[in-house]
Amino acid sequence: MIAFKLAFRNLLGAGLRTWLIVAVLSFAYVVILFYNGMLSGWDRQGRRDTKEWEIGQGQLWHSAYDKYDLFSIQDAHGPVVGEAKKFTDKGKLTPVLIVQATAYPQGRMQGVLLKGINPDQQILKFPSSMLHQDGQEINALIGKRMALTTRLNKGDKVLIRWRDKDGTFDALEVKIADVFNCNVPAVDNGQIWIDLNTLQKMMDLPGEATLLVSGTDEINENVGPWIYKDTEFLLAELNQIIHAKKGGSMVMQAMLLIIALLAIFDTQILSIFRRQKEIGTYIALGMTRAQVVGIFTVEGATHSILATILGALYGIPLFLWLGIKGITFGVDDMGITMAETIYPYYSIGLIITTTLFVILSATIMSYLPARRISRMKPTDALKGKIQ
Amino acid sequence: MEKDAIVSIKNLTKQFPVGKGHFTALSDVNIEFGVGEFAGLVGPSGSGKTTLLNIIGSLDTPTAGTAMVMGQSISDLSHKQSALLRSRHIGFIFQTFNLLPVYTVYENVEFALLLQRMNSVERHKAVMEALEWVGLIDKMKSKPSMLSGGESQRVAIARAMVKKPKIVLADEPTANLDSKNSHHILQTMKKLNKELKVTFIFATHDEKVMKYLDRIVNLADGKIAADERITDHIKA
Repeated sequence: MIAFKLAFRNLLGAGLRTWLIVAVLSFAYVVILFYNGMLSGWDRQGRRDTKEWEIGQGQLWHSAYDKYDLFSIQDAHGPVVGEAKKFTDKGKLTPVLIVQATAYPQGRMQGVLLKGINPDQQILKFPSSMLHQDGQEINALIGKRMALTTRLNKGDKVLIRWRDKDGTFDALEVKIADVFNCNVPAVDNGQIWIDLNTLQKMMDLPGEATLLVSGTDEINENVGPWIYKDTEFLLAELNQIIHAKKGGSMVMQAMLLIIALLAIFDTQILSIFRRQKEIGTYIALGMTRAQVVGIFTVEGATHSILATILGALYGIPLFLWLGIKGITFGVDDMGITMAETIYPYYSIGLIITTTLFVILSATIMSYLPARRISRMKPTDALKGKIQ
Repeated sequence: MEKDAIVSIKNLTKQFPVGKGHFTALSDVNIEFGVGEFAGLVGPSGSGKTTLLNIIGSLDTPTAGTAMVMGQSISDLSHKQSALLRSRHIGFIFQTFNLLPVYTVYENVEFALLLQRMNSVERHKAVMEALEWVGLIDKMKSKPSMLSGGESQRVAIARAMVKKPKIVLADEPTANLDSKNSHHILQTMKKLNKELKVTFIFATHDEKVMKYLDRIVNLADGKIAADERITDHIKA
C-alpha cells in the first residue's frame, strides 16, 4: 500500500513526463484492444455468416468430393437414401448437387459451378424459395459478386451448358430470379443456384447429391456412405486467415508497446540515478533493499494502471460507438468471408488478458532497472553519489 | 562493556577500497555509548565521524572489530535484520533533511510508522504527538518544499522520534541552518533526550552543537583523539 501511495505521488509529481508515457502506453493499450476486438468481431461474424449461408451445423460429403479439387466434382455424387433420406425428409439435412458448367453471359464464356438446392429448405439463410419455377422458365439465383463479374441482373437470362452423367453436352437458358447479398464468397463467386430437382433431371441423376448440409447438431458422425465434416473442419480456412491476420497485427501492436515500455525503462533508469538520496533515506528509515526495489517497480508499473484508466476514459466511448456503427471497409469482395461492416467484439477475456499483458510488461520493464537498487550502498546513496 | 551501554565499539577498523589500495577511515576504535547520552563525534572532515555513525546505524559494516548495537553485532546482521533494527530502534537526522518531497509533513512523519505496520489510530496519535514536540502541528498539511530549513529539520526530528527509538543518529543536523534555528532544534532534541531517555549521537563540527553536548568524542584521522564528558559546571 505504501508503495502504491508513493508511486502515485511520485508519478503525479513528475508531471508531463508521466502523462506522456501514460498517453503512449494507453494508446498502445487501446490499439491492441481495438485490433483484437476487430479480429474477434470479424471472426464471430465470419463464423456466423458461414454457418448461416454455407455449412450449417456441419456437412456430409460424398466420399469422392473434395471442395479444393474441381476434378473430383464429376464423380462426387450419390443417391440420398436410407438414414440420410430420413434426415432429409425431416428437414434436418438439405442435399446440394454440384455440377461444373459453362455460362454465356452476354455472349462471353465463363466456367461456373451449377448448384442445385431444394427451394423449400430451411437450413441455410439462402433465399432458395426464389427458385420455385413459375411456368417453363428455370429460375436461378446468383450472388452480388457473381452478378458483378458476369454483369447479370435480376430478370436477365443466361445460357448455361453442361455435360450430363453420360458426358453428353446440353444447354438451356435460365432466368436470374434474384441477386442475393451475402458475405460468404464460397456460395457466391462463380456459382449459379437452381432447383435441385431440375438439376437432377438435367444431369439424369435423380435423387442424388454431392453433399448434405446439416441443420442440427444431432448429426455428428458419418451417415451411411456420407462422410461427416464438422464445423471446425469447414471453418478451418477462415480460422487460418484470422490467425494470419492476428500474427500480422501483432507486429504493429508489439512495436507500439515497445515504444511505451522503453519510455518506462528510460524513466526508471533516470529516476534511480536522480533519486539516490531518496533511496538512501528509505533504507535509513528501515526499509529493506527489496522493499525499495518494490517501490520503484510499483512506480513504473503504475504507469500502466494510469494508462488503462486513461485508455478506458477514451477507449470505452470509442469502442461503444464502433460497436454500434461498425467499421465499413468499402470493399465488397476480398475473396474471404468478411462482412462489409465489421462490428468489433470486445470480450471480457480479451479486455482482462490485454490489461494484464500491458501491466505485466510494464512491471517487468520497471523491475529490470530497479534491480540496480539492491546493489547500491546505502551510505553512498544517502550522499547522492552516482553508483 | 558499561552496564547500560547501548552501543559498544571494539577494535573497529573501517577501510574503503581506493584504486588498487584502500583508505582507512577508522582505525582500531574503541568506544561505548550509554542509554540516554547526548554525545557528539567531533572532528574535521575525513576524520571518520560519519563512517562511525553509519556503522552504528547499521548502514555500513566494519572491516575489522565489532560494533554491538543494542546487543546485536552489526557485522552479523542480514539486510533484513539491519533494516528491522533501523526501523524499530534507530532514528536518523541528516544534514540535508532528506524529507520525501511528495509527502506532506504529516505523511513524512507517519512514514516511519507505516513500516512498523502500526494501526491507524495509534499511528495518528503518535504522529500528532511528534509534531507537537517539534511545534509543527499547524504545518502538518504542508509539503517539504513549502517549509524553511529549520522547519524541515524539525520535521526530520519528528520523523526520527515518532517511533520512539532507542538511538538517534544526527549527521551535521545544523549545517544547513542559521543560528536561531540551530538553537531551536538543539533545544528540542535536548528536551526529547531528557524526557524520553533517547540516546543522541551527533556527527558535527558545529560549535553551537558542542555547547549542548554532554560528551564530546574527538576524532582525528580515524582514531579517537579525546573523549570528554562535559558537566553542567563546565558548560556554565
